[in-house]
Amino acid sequence: MEIFGVPSALLGSQLLVGLINGSFYAILSLGLAIIFGLLNIINFAHGAQYMMGAFVAWIALTKFGVNYWVALFLSPIIIGALGVVIERTMLRKLYKLDHLYGLLLTFGLALIFEGLFRDQYGISGQSYPVPELLQGGVNLGFMFLPIYRGWVVVAALTVCFGTWFVIEKTKLGAYLRAGTENPQIVQALGINVPLLITFTYGFGVALAAFAGVLAAPVYQVNPLMGANLIIVVFAVVVIGGMGSIMGSILTGLGLGLIEGLTRVFYPEASAVVVFVIMVIVLLVRPAGLFGKAA
Amino acid sequence: MNNTNSMFARAMPLLFGVLFVIGLVAPFAVYPTFLMKILCFGLFACAFNLLLGFVGLLSFGHAAFLGSAGYICGMLVRDLGVTPEVGVIGGTLAAGALGWVFGVLAIRRTGIYFAMITLALSQMVYFIVLQWKATGGEDGLQGVPRGHLFGIIDLSNNIAMYYFVFAVFCIGFAIIYRAIHSPFGQILKAIRENEPRAVSLGYDVAKFKLLAFVLSASLAGLAGATKTLVFQLASLTDVHWHMSGEVVLMTLLGGLGTILGPLVGAATIVSLQTELADSVGSWVTVIMGVIFVVCVLLFRRGIVGELQALIQRAGIR
Repeated sequence: MEIFGVPSALLGSQLLVGLINGSFYAILSLGLAIIFGLLNIINFAHGAQYMMGAFVAWIALTKFGVNYWVALFLSPIIIGALGVVIERTMLRKLYKLDHLYGLLLTFGLALIFEGLFRDQYGISGQSYPVPELLQGGVNLGFMFLPIYRGWVVVAALTVCFGTWFVIEKTKLGAYLRAGTENPQIVQALGINVPLLITFTYGFGVALAAFAGVLAAPVYQVNPLMGANLIIVVFAVVVIGGMGSIMGSILTGLGLGLIEGLTRVFYPEASAVVVFVIMVIVLLVRPAGLFGKAA
Repeated sequence: MNNTNSMFARAMPLLFGVLFVIGLVAPFAVYPTFLMKILCFGLFACAFNLLLGFVGLLSFGHAAFLGSAGYICGMLVRDLGVTPEVGVIGGTLAAGALGWVFGVLAIRRTGIYFAMITLALSQMVYFIVLQWKATGGEDGLQGVPRGHLFGIIDLSNNIAMYYFVFAVFCIGFAIIYRAIHSPFGQILKAIRENEPRAVSLGYDVAKFKLLAFVLSASLAGLAGATKTLVFQLASLTDVHWHMSGEVVLMTLLGGLGTILGPLVGAATIVSLQTELADSVGSWVTVIMGVIFVVCVLLFRRGIVGELQALIQRAGIR
C-alpha cells in the first residue's frame, strides 16, 4: 500500500515518530507557558530539567532497582522539589527586575546541570529498557506499532489535557489564571500568591521531568538530550504564542507531525522545518497562532 | 550623577590612551595568540553589548554572526584565494546581511520572545552549516591561510598578525564608541529606557532597532572573520548556541551597558578558559554556569559597573 508514492508503513512510522516528538513538544511548551504566565520568565533550564528527569529514572533503575512505574511518579516529584528550591532561593529575588535576568539565571543553571551530568556520565547515551508490560508491538495492518510508543503518546496527551482541565475548569486553576492577569489584586483578595508562584514553577518543572522519564526508553538517556530539544521547543512557543494552554498543546503536536512528514518527503530539511515555520508565522502573524498581540 | 559622568568623560581619553599603548606593547610581554583571542572576543562582546546594553535587546543568537562571518571569510581566503582584508570585509558584510534577516524577523516581537527567536534562527544557521558540504560539516573549515595583507605584509608572522587584529579591534571599537555617543545612540538609549515614549516622540523605533541590530551583527562578524584568520580555522563551536551564551556571559560579567565592560569580561572569560582547560576539563561548563548565576544574583553591574559605582561613591564623599 502506498500513499503519494511512499510506502504506508514508512509514512506511518514516521508520523508516529512525529507524534511522539510532538507529544514531548506539547508537554515541554505547556510547562514553559504555565511558568511564563505567572512568573513572566522563560525557564531556560527546562531542557536540563527534562534531561535530569530521565537521569533520575535511569539512576533509580540501575542503582536502586526502582522500576519504571515508580520512577514515572518519583522523578517528577524529585525534580519538581528541586525546582521549588530554585524558585525559593534564586528566582524569587529577580521578580522586580527586568524579565531577561530570569532567562539568564536559568540559562546559567542549565549550564551547571548539563556540565555536572556530562562530567559524571560522559556524552555517550545510557539506554533505559522498555518496561516489561509495554514491550512488543501490535500490527495495525498498515504499520507496526510498538506498544511503548503508543503509550508515550497516550500518557503525554493525558497529562496535557489533565493540566488543561485543572487550569481551565477548577478553582485552583481559576486562582492561577487570576494570578496571571493581575497578581496584586489576587494577593489583596487573600490568596497566597508567592506560594502559588512556587507551586507553579515546581509543577512546570515536574512536567519537564515527567517528559524526561517518558523519553528515557525511546531515546538514549544523555546529558545533552534536553539542550537541543529546548531550542526547538522555544520555536514551538514562538509559533503558538504562550497565551493559551490548548494552543501550546495543539501547536506542539502539529509541529511534531509536520516534522515527521518532512522526514519522509525531504529528510535534509527535517532539522530546520520547525524554524522555517517559525519564520513564516512571524511574517504572517507576529503574535503567534494562539497569541494575543503583544 | 551628571558631575561624575562628566568626570568619567574627562578621564576617558586618558584611559583610552593608556589602553592603546598597552595594546601596542602587549605582544612583547604576552603570548600574541592569546591576546588576539581576547581582542576578537572583546570586539564580539562589545558588538553584542551595543544591542543589549544600549538598546536593551537580548539576542541569544549572536554566535550565528560570529560563525557565519568566520566561515565566509575562511572560504573566500582559502577557496577563492583573496587577500585577508577582502576576506574579512566579505565576512563582515555577510554577517551584516544575515543580521538584517534576523533583525527583520526578531524585532516583530519584544522581550523574551526576541531572545527565543534569535536563538531559534541561529540554531537554523547551525544546522545549515552542519549539513552544507562547503563548510566541512563536523570537521569545520580547516587550513585557512593567513595570507598577505594587501598582498604585501605576511601575516603568518604572529606579531604582524597581532597588529592587524589590534587595528581591526580599534576600528570596530571606534565605530561602537561613535555610535553610542551620537544622536543615533541617544535614540537607542531612549528606546531602552521607554519605548512608548520614543514612539510618541515620533521616532520610527523599529527602524532604529533594525539598524542597531545590523550594526551589532556586522561587528560581531568582523570579530568572527578576524578570528578565523588568527586560528586558521572556522569550526562548529563558533555557530553553536553555547557561543551565544558565552558572549552574554562576557558582557554581563564585564558590565552591561558600559563601554569597556565587554572587553574586560571577554579577557576574564578567555583567561579563565585557558587556565581551566588543562586542570578541570569538562568542569569549565559548570564554572561558566556558576559565574552566570552569581552575576545575575549578586553582581548585576559587572566588574566595570562596580568599579564605576565605587569611583562615584568616592567622588561624592
